Amino acid sequence: MKKVVYGLIILLAVIHQDVWWWDNGELVFGFMPLGLFYHALYSCMAAGVWAMAVKWAWPSDIEQWAESGDEAGGGQ
Amino acid sequence: MSSSITPLIALAQAAEPVSRTPLVIIGIYMCLLFALGWISSRLFRGSSKDFFVASQSIGPFMLLMSVFGTTMTAFALVGSTGKAFSLGIGTYGLMASSSGLIHTACFFLVGLRMWSFGKKYGYVTQIQFFRDRFESKRLGYLMFPILVGLIIPYLLVGLIGAGNYIGGVTRGMFPGTFEAGAIPAWMSGLVICLVVLFYVFFGGVRSAVWANTFQTIVFMVMGLVGFLVIANGLGGLEAASQKAFENAPNKLAREGLMTPAHFMSYMLVPLSVGMFPHLFQHWLTAKSAKSFRLTVIAHPICIMIVWVPCILIGIWAAGLYESGELRVPRLPNGNPNPNAVLSAMVKTFMDSPILIGLFSAGVLAAIMSSLDSQFVCIGSMFTNDFIVPLRGEVSDKQKVWMGRGFIVFIVLITYVISIFKPTSVFNLGVWCFSGFSALFPIAFASVYWRRLTKAGVIASVVATTVTWSLFIYDSLGNKGEKWFGEVHAGEYLIAGVMPVTFIFLASLVALIIVSLVTKPPSQSTIDRFFPIKNS
Repeated sequence: MKKVVYGLIILLAVIHQDVWWWDNGELVFGFMPLGLFYHALYSCMAAGVWAMAVKWAWPSDIEQWAESGDEAGGGQ
Repeated sequence: MSSSITPLIALAQAAEPVSRTPLVIIGIYMCLLFALGWISSRLFRGSSKDFFVASQSIGPFMLLMSVFGTTMTAFALVGSTGKAFSLGIGTYGLMASSSGLIHTACFFLVGLRMWSFGKKYGYVTQIQFFRDRFESKRLGYLMFPILVGLIIPYLLVGLIGAGNYIGGVTRGMFPGTFEAGAIPAWMSGLVICLVVLFYVFFGGVRSAVWANTFQTIVFMVMGLVGFLVIANGLGGLEAASQKAFENAPNKLAREGLMTPAHFMSYMLVPLSVGMFPHLFQHWLTAKSAKSFRLTVIAHPICIMIVWVPCILIGIWAAGLYESGELRVPRLPNGNPNPNAVLSAMVKTFMDSPILIGLFSAGVLAAIMSSLDSQFVCIGSMFTNDFIVPLRGEVSDKQKVWMGRGFIVFIVLITYVISIFKPTSVFNLGVWCFSGFSALFPIAFASVYWRRLTKAGVIASVVATTVTWSLFIYDSLGNKGEKWFGEVHAGEYLIAGVMPVTFIFLASLVALIIVSLVTKPPSQSTIDRFFPIKNS
């Protein structure tokens, strides 16, 4: 599932380049330019993919390591 | 709005409403911030860890609000509206939707790991991490002035944006006292600096987080309310967009305003958040890794809630401007001032002075919610990355006071520059972000590439500094024929793409090549920073 999530993230990067309606200024719902509507929808899709990443690709190992006890002092 | 009432609007604009109610509301808002700053500073525990990273006690909601509020500044409200006015709806794709993907990727892939090292090894600043990761104290001395130098334009974005906005919205309030009867930029900048300094000075990052949470809620709510009121003033959403469709149809698409290559190269700009020192500091305030989850999921939605209304207001303004129904103050070169578009729309299409005041408080909230984090961060870096390594042992109390002192010093410098250098908020922001984006490979490789070396990092920093300086001079300082690029629709492009492309590439190539030919870090350092197998 982790690989699917990373695949979706790459897919999102690709479909951000929506050249297919570059010159289309139609209004969706009577007020929203098509290109803007698509990118607003894209923001929602990004939130969905990141929700999947949190569920299936969360770096629990790093989290556990960090919370396993402080070793503070480095860098001071 | 029919064209028959155009003269009425022009008359109303010429008459200039003189109600000072908006200013009173802004004043009340500033007092609220003073009170919030005072209350949160009561919780200050007196230690430098509390001043710089709030003792790592911040939960999911406050982390979301503070991280989001910090990334949204004048760039997001004043800048995006102005940019949409001149470059159309493509502005959203350039910075907003790409940020929903890239910002969040930075939080998820880099932020979480940085937080884990901060938690484990007690880091307070980004440079402390880099010093240990690359086994070099001197690296900190190289990075400190560069990071501070890049933050200053970011601070300027906020102050210039606030000055332009307040100047526009108070126009005519003080006839005979100030030019055009508007509050001058030096005065609004001064008040904003003093308010933010007050709560940051006494409460450090904890006060910044509290204030950010409050301010982010204010600017999100007021932004939406303001958008609906402006739409209503234009006869509804459909009528407003129809006006843009009829008079400025090019602003509803991207053809002729930007090319796909230009658009794609903007994807590199949001990488800057992976290297912002003030964001690094916010990551470190998180109580646990789980605190990041809400931020990772909700950040793209929050961006959409703020940016879509601004872009629509920007294209509506373009339509109204083309039809002669909106006056936008001009720049010395005769072009309409993009920074003044939002205030012009607010003044023209919001009837209620109370609403204008509330909306203006929202705009200032967005600006101040970034300034506070940047102020604290600068103080943290000066104390922990410059003074402590130089002087050795410094008491906790001294650290806090030195941090405060440097904050005041930098705010003073930035404030003075802001008075003399009015420029496009959006373009200035993009230059600042480009510098940070070019340094992003350092942040990313430091947590994923064991072979990365100190020399590689130095080469990357030098390559970034040289290319960034050359390009910014060519873009803004070179009054003759440009050496590298050309200006297209107000954007300085090199070979049709954003300069960040070449700055980023120079940084990345230098980082990789020099790392491969120099001595790798010691095994103990590798073990320390790559504790999980295959991580």
